[in-house]
Amino acid sequence: MIRTLTSRFLGYAILIFFALVFLYPFVIQIANGLKTEANAAANPLSPFPDPLTWVSLERIFSGTGFPTWLGNSVLVTVVVTIGRVAFGSMAGYALSRLQFRGRKALFAGLLALMAVPPVVLLIPKFLVLNQLGMYNSYSGLIVPLLADATGIFVMKQFFDSVPVSVEEAARIDGAGVFRTFWSVVLPMAKPALITLTILSFTGSWNEFPHTLVSVQDPGLFTLPRGLADLVSGSLGAGTQYPLKLGAALLATIPVAIIFVIFQRYFVRDTTAGADKG
Amino acid sequence: MAGIRGNERPAGWLFVAPAVLILGLFMLLPILMALWVSLTRWNGQGSPFTGSVPFAGLDNYTKLFTDEGLARQDFMTSIRNNAYYVLLVVPIQTVLALALALVVNNRLLKGKGFFRTAFYFPSVTSSVAISVVFLFMFANGGAINAILAVFGIDGPQWFSDPRGLVHLFFDTPPSFLTEHSLFGLSWWDWLAGPSVAMCAIIALVIWTTSGTFMVMFLAALQNVPVQLEEAGLIDGASAWQRLRHIILPQLRPTTFLVVTLGLIGTWQVFDQIYVMSQGNPAKTTLTPAFLSYRTAFRDFDYGTGAAISFVLFLIIVVLTLVQRRLTRERN
Repeated sequence: MIRTLTSRFLGYAILIFFALVFLYPFVIQIANGLKTEANAAANPLSPFPDPLTWVSLERIFSGTGFPTWLGNSVLVTVVVTIGRVAFGSMAGYALSRLQFRGRKALFAGLLALMAVPPVVLLIPKFLVLNQLGMYNSYSGLIVPLLADATGIFVMKQFFDSVPVSVEEAARIDGAGVFRTFWSVVLPMAKPALITLTILSFTGSWNEFPHTLVSVQDPGLFTLPRGLADLVSGSLGAGTQYPLKLGAALLATIPVAIIFVIFQRYFVRDTTAGADKG
Repeated sequence: MAGIRGNERPAGWLFVAPAVLILGLFMLLPILMALWVSLTRWNGQGSPFTGSVPFAGLDNYTKLFTDEGLARQDFMTSIRNNAYYVLLVVPIQTVLALALALVVNNRLLKGKGFFRTAFYFPSVTSSVAISVVFLFMFANGGAINAILAVFGIDGPQWFSDPRGLVHLFFDTPPSFLTEHSLFGLSWWDWLAGPSVAMCAIIALVIWTTSGTFMVMFLAALQNVPVQLEEAGLIDGASAWQRLRHIILPQLRPTTFLVVTLGLIGTWQVFDQIYVMSQGNPAKTTLTPAFLSYRTAFRDFDYGTGAAISFVLFLIIVVLTLVQRRLTRERN
């Protein structure tokens, strides 16, 4: 009995300690975004701003490119998410269900592309955008992100796991491939579509390296790019921490909200990816 | 059958066309273009695909391995830095993820959902945003040094301290280590260990990724048959023995997966380096990914930059193949 009690106590102690380790940086981020610069420098650990001030948050909107970055991030995220969900579900369905020449080769190619690490594509992507005249434009920022191999893979795996009988019934009733896909298959695929939407949303909202090699005009920066510029560039390092932390906080909020609402889908992604690798 | 399947052939291609077009144009084609550029001395002016760009053959690659010079020294330094980074991040994040999963999975504890969420949340946030937070925490007189001060430790100036951890233990380097060198770096330099600055980045990465891997371990733990553990309990095995001889063997495939995914991911570290250190101080946080970016876009030596990318590509592809083989054996 005593042993269970001590082990339970120890368990909670460990969990609470690590919960603090994992969450306190966010507390620091929120608190220091609302502090004066002097206060943030003097008491970086304190969760209570003294005095509490909105000056930094106001300066983010009036004194930095933040509104522009925010607008660009929303645009990129919305278009890329729609593209990835549409193209991903179509391609995933075709690879799983439709009989056509070259299907096996395409799937092998997809698996190969999934193994390509994004960081080695920095120079290659710049080269192709430069060659196509898309460098430093919205199309360069958006179009290359519209399809992703992992999303297609997730959808194909999903369709593989669903019995074909319902679709066949629709087809026998005379519905064409497109009708069947639109009115029978997609409604059935709702959980997978939600997963793909979340995956695409967080992926494109947080995307950084691609923006680094596709645009250089500050008017085309997204939030991660603007934030990186704010820290390592124009304003210089070491100062203005409340401003930087506030901007980082605002950039984190949308993903945090999505995470809290759709948490079970997040957890499902990682395990699904892990199983099939 | 032919009637039903008849219109599938064109439909199939129509369905995959947008994805094939985008992936082909922005993944496959660029890789081929970069392969060509890695054989030239293109400086960013005009198009790299005209006759006026000097052809370099394999020079950009030999420069990284056999020719003496700054290019090789920087590249080898970046490999060394990344190797130490991998050596610390992978084992620590794996053990931490496993330990957290074991505690969260404990049947006697409540609030499982909350703790899982808390540990997992950092990994879904933006790498750039979180790097800003850690930059502040590791600043001189920042939160980390304030905590260290509580324990009477005088914290270092994290991001301006290039000293290697191993070097910290020696006042003067043993002469036999400085006399010999390999690929342009002395043995002493190879053995430096991660710099103090790199340790701050290592801490950040372990903090962000452990949650993801914990979730994988949790899923695997839930598949361990309860009877197995109960059998161990009846046989009088201690908690440690049950962990060592019953649970860990069951988790072997997941552990392999976590380790290889960790290896693949850690060789790609870029965002954090870009935001937090840009390879400084004294090049001790330079990694191949950041070096290839810097060489191309700051020094306008696209050929060498692309060559570095392909060497890195090769390292990661080998690791990925190992991972896929392991996953297949498991299934």
